[in-house]
Amino acid sequence: MSPLEIVILLPILAALAVWLGAPARATSIIATSFCLGVLTLLCVQYHGSTGAELRYTHSIAVLENPAISFAVGADGVSLLLGLLTALVAFAAVWQISPEKPGIYHIASLLIAAGAFGAFLCTDVFFLYAFHELALIPTLLMIALHGHGDDEHRKAVAWKTTVYLGAGSLILLAGLAWLVLEYSGGEKLTFDLTALKAQAATTPLPAAKQASIAFVLLLGFGTLVSLFPLHSWAAPAYASAPTPVAMLHSGVLKKFGLYGLFRIALPLLPQGFQAPWVHQALLFMLLGNILVMGFVTIHQKRLDDVLASSSVMHMGYIFLGLAAGTEIALRGAVLLMFAHGVSIALLFALAGRLRSQLGTLELAKLGGLGAHAPVFTVLFAFGAFASIGLPGLANFAGEVMIFIGSFTQFGTDSFGPLQWTVVLALWGVVMSAVYMLRAYRSIFQGSASTGLFMTDPAIAQRVPMILLAAVLLVAGCCPWLLLGLLKTDLASVTEAASTAVHGAAKAAAGATH
Amino acid sequence: MSVFTIEAFLAILGLALLLVEAFVPQVSRRTIAAASIGGTALALVLFFTAASHAPDSLPSFCRPWMQLDQLALFYKGFFLVITLLVLWLTHECAPYLGKYTLEGRLTEMFSLPLIVCAGMMWMAAAQDLVTVFVALELVTVSFYVLVAFARKSSLALEAGVKYLILGALSTGVLVFGIAWIYGTTGSLSFQGIAAALAKPGIAKAPVLLGAAFLLAGLGFKVAAAPFQSWVPDVYQGAPIPVTTFLSVGSKAAGFVVLTRTVDALLVGHSVIGPEIKGLLLILGSLTVLLGSLPAIYQQSVKRLLGYSSISHAGYLLLALACDDSTRSGMTSSGIVAFYLATYLPMTVLGFVVLAILRLNGGGEDIRDFRGLAKRSPVLGLAMTIALASLAGLPLTAGFMGKLFVFVSLVDQAYWGALVCAAIGAAAGFYYYFRTILAIHSPETSPASEPLKLGTITKACTVVLTLAILVLGLYPKPLQQVLSKPAEVAAKSAH
Repeated sequence: MSPLEIVILLPILAALAVWLGAPARATSIIATSFCLGVLTLLCVQYHGSTGAELRYTHSIAVLENPAISFAVGADGVSLLLGLLTALVAFAAVWQISPEKPGIYHIASLLIAAGAFGAFLCTDVFFLYAFHELALIPTLLMIALHGHGDDEHRKAVAWKTTVYLGAGSLILLAGLAWLVLEYSGGEKLTFDLTALKAQAATTPLPAAKQASIAFVLLLGFGTLVSLFPLHSWAAPAYASAPTPVAMLHSGVLKKFGLYGLFRIALPLLPQGFQAPWVHQALLFMLLGNILVMGFVTIHQKRLDDVLASSSVMHMGYIFLGLAAGTEIALRGAVLLMFAHGVSIALLFALAGRLRSQLGTLELAKLGGLGAHAPVFTVLFAFGAFASIGLPGLANFAGEVMIFIGSFTQFGTDSFGPLQWTVVLALWGVVMSAVYMLRAYRSIFQGSASTGLFMTDPAIAQRVPMILLAAVLLVAGCCPWLLLGLLKTDLASVTEAASTAVHGAAKAAAGATH
Repeated sequence: MSVFTIEAFLAILGLALLLVEAFVPQVSRRTIAAASIGGTALALVLFFTAASHAPDSLPSFCRPWMQLDQLALFYKGFFLVITLLVLWLTHECAPYLGKYTLEGRLTEMFSLPLIVCAGMMWMAAAQDLVTVFVALELVTVSFYVLVAFARKSSLALEAGVKYLILGALSTGVLVFGIAWIYGTTGSLSFQGIAAALAKPGIAKAPVLLGAAFLLAGLGFKVAAAPFQSWVPDVYQGAPIPVTTFLSVGSKAAGFVVLTRTVDALLVGHSVIGPEIKGLLLILGSLTVLLGSLPAIYQQSVKRLLGYSSISHAGYLLLALACDDSTRSGMTSSGIVAFYLATYLPMTVLGFVVLAILRLNGGGEDIRDFRGLAKRSPVLGLAMTIALASLAGLPLTAGFMGKLFVFVSLVDQAYWGALVCAAIGAAAGFYYYFRTILAIHSPETSPASEPLKLGTITKACTVVLTLAILVLGLYPKPLQQVLSKPAEVAAKSAH
């Protein structure tokens, strides 16, 4: 049995135990901290080893034909995202206040299990299935225990359900198409390794690759709130219960990016090479950064600011994937991790703010810095990381993406990718505007309406301090995380970067 | 011991129980229920031993019109399982069913399902249309009684009348179709029909007419559009165990016959192959849409399950149309059988939960499900998994069934049907999810006291839930059972 299987199954068993009446808080904290421990050890072990092939593989055949197996395996990227899941899940279940019903813990554990499964499985079927497993509790929790009045909450829950349901169906269609096209011979296979082998020996015609790539982009894109399919995300996070907001925006949303990185890029390199797909992607990610940047600036409540900013930051990661160079891809993976940690920290803090003060309206808040210094410092970590301040994890990721994307420009032209980078850089400024403004209006000045809050008790600080520390360590020593991405991006990068080189050339050729 | 004996045993047991009712009226309901349930359980055990030791042990006089292939054995087991579950559910529901019958008597509710089961088991092995017809009538006539059994309820009477009239009409249509087929092909056996259709000289129009009538008649039995409109009313009016039996047993019986008929009609170079496929695709797409779209507006879970049963029939018809698809490892008949096997636990579970709510004084509307997870965590979780499976969410049985259908459709490039199936699945997300939300809602229905479950009820619920999960996570064994008929068929074709 692979340790990865334990990591995937343990939260499910823990959720079952809580349902059967085990003490919710203790069970879920023990389960998630065990997963965190296991994944940290695996990361350390992987970091120290050589070779970039999949590790800790194990597979149980579920079906012979079509070949579906519960197959797990991890390389640096999966381990990093698994580590992110464990971190955020641990923080999320720790910060659930004891008076909340057990369903909070059950839902958090199931979402964590789904995310673990989605990141650590190497079979397309289970990759998809585990993501769905995580979606159900997310949607249920928004509908049943979300913030806001009944009417609003139900509307948000339905909108999210419709978007994510439709996105999943499109994704399923794309994956089924991929599987049918790439399965050699009479037998279908969902095994990613086998599909990759097939893609390497007999690639599909470029036009077909582009069509499949576009379908997958729409499917995965909806799940990651890619502009213009993003409008479910901000209200959903704003009204989701805190642990769900942390887990979905921090972890689960990365599944779409991970899917593109793991399935779409390596299997359809020429698909993303097609100018129309590539330029559509650039257009959409600019929508994320610029449109959502403006939207975020105009938000009046902290939860809306965080929710919209989370949508906006996806644009950078898409930029990294679209550029496809080694540096940009590494940056994208790093930023997935960093964004997950920082947004989870911010949502945890916002949740505490809400439960203490009853409001998150920026105009009503103020002067909290004097009353709750620890809280303020923790928030500063999250907010500054989110802006992309050097020394915190997001900076490394963003800088790598920008540099990696910008070096791409050819000698003869300044292609669409470069223009995208230039425009995307403005997003950093917008991040600074809304985050600093939110920080100022909450923590500085005077508390006009007499809203006071105190620092969390020592025990309640644990998850937040952990997340802040991770941000700091990853920001100062990004090589600790980047070391996990040994040469294993090369296979993806090679295919994808030749693809993008070609795309840039083709685009340049078209303009001439 | 032959499998055939088991069917005879069931029929005789059913008749014997009826006679006991007539001549020894003082025998208690409990005794009759015990005899009926015990008899079926015994039959199930005997069936498994017989099926594993001597699968092909028909008495010689049956051989011309019956065949015990893998498919027949699978369906026979299927029918025994569902009959056992229905009888148990009848026993559970007896306290409230008794209120609606004369003097609270329920003997027929325990004896007729046995006869229905025998009929369905014969149907599974039937090799010619006359045998099919006789078995089908045995089943349908028994159902006329069962549907209207709660005769003090006006809804049940309405359901009974509707089912009787439409059932009789569809029987007429079916016979008419059989007559045309016989007239043109000169044969009543599936093999003979297939052989005649493969010959180039056969007249196309009359045989197509016959096939169309045949499909229409069978379409009524499986609730395919446009013959589906009886379903919601009949399902709502019939007692819950009977609804369960109709929705799983009767539908599966219809699909055995449809599978065999379609296999014959689509054989090799059949002259009417393309038309029949087109017909199946159109009917299937229409059934999916007419099942899932109206379901969005339903407030009654019983009607919702009725509509759900229609849309599932649509997916099954679409699977039948993909006759040439072999890439998913099963032939279309295997996929249909697989789908029905996944359909059994999830649908039965839905009706079991309905019955339990009903027994505790609740209604059948979605609002009666509010707070179910709080009133009974076991039922809440079981119903959630059942609904997720009906919606076709991954890791449940329902997804596996749908996956096979969708893969076949893509493989055959039936895009129009695929779009309809996807719309149906998306609508399904909505209405099943709405019920799931109600189950986990913090506010409770008018009746909010905790539900108490008996040990057997709890055990059955857990077993059905596990069946859904096992079929969703580890479908390999079932697929292996079902991929055998393909080999058998391939051998006999050569």
